[in-house]
Order: sequence, then structure tokens, then C-alpha cells
Amino acid sequence: MATDKTNLQLVVNGILNENPIFRLVLSMCPAVGISTTVMNGFMLGIAVLFVQVCSSCTIALFKNVIHPRIRIPTYTLTIATWVTVIDMVLAAYLPEAYAKMGIFIKLIVAFAIITMRLEMFACKESVNASFWDGIGMGLGFMFGMMALGFVRELLGMGTLLGYDVLGFKPLLFFVLPFAGFFCVGLMMAFFNYIEIVYKRAKRA
Amino acid sequence: MKTIKIRRILLSLVLLLSLPVLAQAQELIAAKSFGKAKNEMVVTFAGAVDRRAVVEDPANYQVYEEQDPDIKLELAQVVLADDQKTATLTFKEPLNARLPHVVTIKSLGESGAAATFRVMKPYLGYLLSILVSALLINNFVFTKYLGLCVFFGTSKRKDTAKGMGLTFTMVIVVSAIMSWFFYQFILKPYDLNFLQIVVFIGLVSLTVQAVDTVLRKVNPALFNAFGVYLVLVIANCVIIAVPLILADNEYNFLESFMLALGAGGGFLLALYLMSSVRERMELANIPTTFKGVPIAFIVAGQFALAFLGFSGLTLF
Repeated sequence: MATDKTNLQLVVNGILNENPIFRLVLSMCPAVGISTTVMNGFMLGIAVLFVQVCSSCTIALFKNVIHPRIRIPTYTLTIATWVTVIDMVLAAYLPEAYAKMGIFIKLIVAFAIITMRLEMFACKESVNASFWDGIGMGLGFMFGMMALGFVRELLGMGTLLGYDVLGFKPLLFFVLPFAGFFCVGLMMAFFNYIEIVYKRAKRA
Repeated sequence: MKTIKIRRILLSLVLLLSLPVLAQAQELIAAKSFGKAKNEMVVTFAGAVDRRAVVEDPANYQVYEEQDPDIKLELAQVVLADDQKTATLTFKEPLNARLPHVVTIKSLGESGAAATFRVMKPYLGYLLSILVSALLINNFVFTKYLGLCVFFGTSKRKDTAKGMGLTFTMVIVVSAIMSWFFYQFILKPYDLNFLQIVVFIGLVSLTVQAVDTVLRKVNPALFNAFGVYLVLVIANCVIIAVPLILADNEYNFLESFMLALGAGGGFLLALYLMSSVRERMELANIPTTFKGVPIAFIVAGQFALAFLGFSGLTLF
């Protein structure tokens, strides 16, 4: 079975229609835990993008030799290998950012989104399509994380990417760790609201 | 005849065990413990000490963590209480109360005798504190924000929550123990630490598969109830976070066991609390935009706020 979507459609699908954070509600741990700044979201997004694309391609390449009964362990080990790679690269070249991410880089291995994409997409499709699907999912995750970081950083500290934008701190609440839950909930509700308004406008 | 022999063995055992206590009683120090503040240690002398100047001179003390005797901990001050028995040692930096400390007091008492003793927390209390910490203070769901995908997915019904929580606890305890063995006896001795992630996740998959197979054969009823959750276990960050944490902190076997138990129990607790609220919420009148997942997040946020109240809790 090959997908009939073009490469661009696959990418857009990951960012909008099946956004991992806001639509599929997967990999919420980092979305709540470390989305305090745009930079954090960007860094983790890059790491996830890398792991997603590499694992998708690997699985798409070897899909014919993987026995269906052991496919889940195979996926897990593939992901774990790529996570080890990105973990070591980040620890070596960006130690500061790595220290901020803490344990979350290593935990990419358990992010449901990656395994799910391998199971739903990469094990059936060509390497090319899997590559673009991986890019779409990775970017979707990255944008979701950055959107959360944007809201939390702007409202919590009045800064963006570390630069002072507002000059004051509107709602310090948002930068506190537990506010991740509230922020995700409120943003989801906001997107639902837009959707409802959009549908109503379409009908009228 | 036999009973007498056993009794004799038991008696000598008791004597042997109480030897340290007996020996200690003859010394100058009656009791010692870590203080209330993080950089304090409290020493109680057996009798009243009248040489206040000697006792209160920090230069007369030498304190180090038992595992590295070369690093002496610096004392800020020593205060002798008015009853002339209790001295409070204040250090410049916070102590790591997890480790046993060795204290040497020079020129104490009339004869200028020295006393050396160990200060450590009661081990059982320490183990329990790991358990309580993982369960409440550092609850993996509400204060470390891990395992959220499965948390939101399976907290709609109380039955599901219980099933998932119990299955998860079972798997995490088994896999954490296996991870500990692998880490201590294979990864560490052969310098294979870079393989941590691959090995730990592999072990988790293996455990899940093993539990699946065993449960299917041994207890089909239980399997029917819990089998569906087994697949979800592997998508839970907590299951891989626990081995990583116990490797980072160099926990021993019992400590690892307690951490895993606390993590699993904490997850079960969080799931159960959340599902109770969500069952009620189905009847509530919620704005359309918040229906479903968004309101669940808001509720989880409130739980997280409530769990903040546990921070700073010290039981032992």
C-alpha cells in the first residue's frame, strides 16, 4: 500500500491535521515538562525530528525483513539506537542545552508519537514517503513545543528567545513548572474554539 | 538437647548484635544524628561537659563522608546547649544525609581523649523515605511530568485506572530490578554506559513480553483483565526513567526496589485520583471547547498544584 499524498501534503499533515501535541495528544510529557521557553521547545523539537526521520527511514528500509510478531521490540530498539546517537551528539557539542533538557532527551525513546508513526506509517510505506512523514511529524512536534514555549515565555517572563520583548512580566504563573498542564489545556481549548467558529462560518 | 543448642546460638547472636551498643554506651557520646537543618549535626554527650571552650572550638572536630576520607567537611560553628550535653555542629555546606559520616572529636573530656564515631540515618527510614518521595513528593506524574500519554489515555474509568496502575507497578518493579542487575554487573564493569538507553528499553520490552506470556499461561482470568494494558506500559516514559535514575544515583538493590515501587504506586495513585474526578466530570456541564482532553489537563494542573504541598515533607 502506497500513500497517494504528495511529499508536501505529508509534511503539512504532520504539522496541522495530525499535529502530535494538539491533535493526537501524544508525547505530552515534554509538552508539559520543559516547554517553558521557545528555545527549549526548539532544541527538543530538533532532537525528536532527527530521531523520527532516522527511525522512520530505517524501518521503511527494513520493513520486509522484520517479522510482524517482533515488530514492536524492533521499533523500540531502532528508536533507542537513534536516541543514543542524538544524546551523545548533544552532550558533546551543546552541553548547556543538554543540561537544561535533563532526562527528557533520553526519554525520547518512550515517546509514543515515534513508535506510533512507525506502526501506522513507516512499516507500510516507501522510504521516501516515510522520510517526508517523519519530517512532518517532527516539525509538527517542534511547532507545538515552540507554540507552547512562545505562550509561556511571553506571558511568564515577558521575553522571547531570551530577549526582553514586553519589558514586564504579565503572568509569572505560566513559567512555573506545573503551569504546563494549564497552558496545554487552555491552548487546546483555544484551538477547539477556533475550529468551532470556523465550522460555523463555513455553514453560514 | 537440640533446643538448648539453638538457644545458645541465638543468645550468642544477640550478644554479638548488641556488642556495638554496649561498646558505645561506655564512650563519651550518648547519641548522634543529623539535625533539622540540612547543614546540621547533633551530638549528645553522655555526661555534662564543662569545658565549653574546647567543645565549641570547630578546630577540634574532623568530619568526612565515609566513602571519601580525604575530603574534610568544613565546620562553621559548634554550639553547646545550656544543659551542657547537646552540641550542635553547623557546617558551611549542606550535608548529604544519605551517606554515613565519620566524626572525630579531639581533646575531649578531662584526659583530652579523642572520640570517633559514625553518624548515619536509620537505614529502614531512609528506604521508606525513598518510597514516600517517589510516591508523593516527587510523584512522577504530577511533579516530574512523566508518563502523561498513558496517564490521560487510561484515566477515564476507575476500573481501567486500577488495571493499568497495577499492571504498570508489576512491570516496573520487575524491569527495574533487572535493569539494576544489568547496570551493576554488566554495564558498569565493562564500561558500556553509553548503551544504557538501548539495554534498559530492551529489558523493558523483554519484561513486558515475559509478563504477557507467563500471565497468559498461569492466570488467564488475570490476563483477560490486564492484558490490554501491557502494550501501553512500554509507551510510558516512567518505565525508562526509573532505570536511568537508579543508574545515575548509583542506588543499591533495596533502594532501586523502593524507587520502582514508589514510582509504580505513585502512578497508580495519580491514575486513581484522576479517574475519580473524570468519572464525575462526565455529568458536569463543561463548556464545549473544554470537553474531553482540555479539561482533563486543567484538572491535572490542579492536582499538580496540590501535590506541590508535599514538597519539603520529611518523615524520617
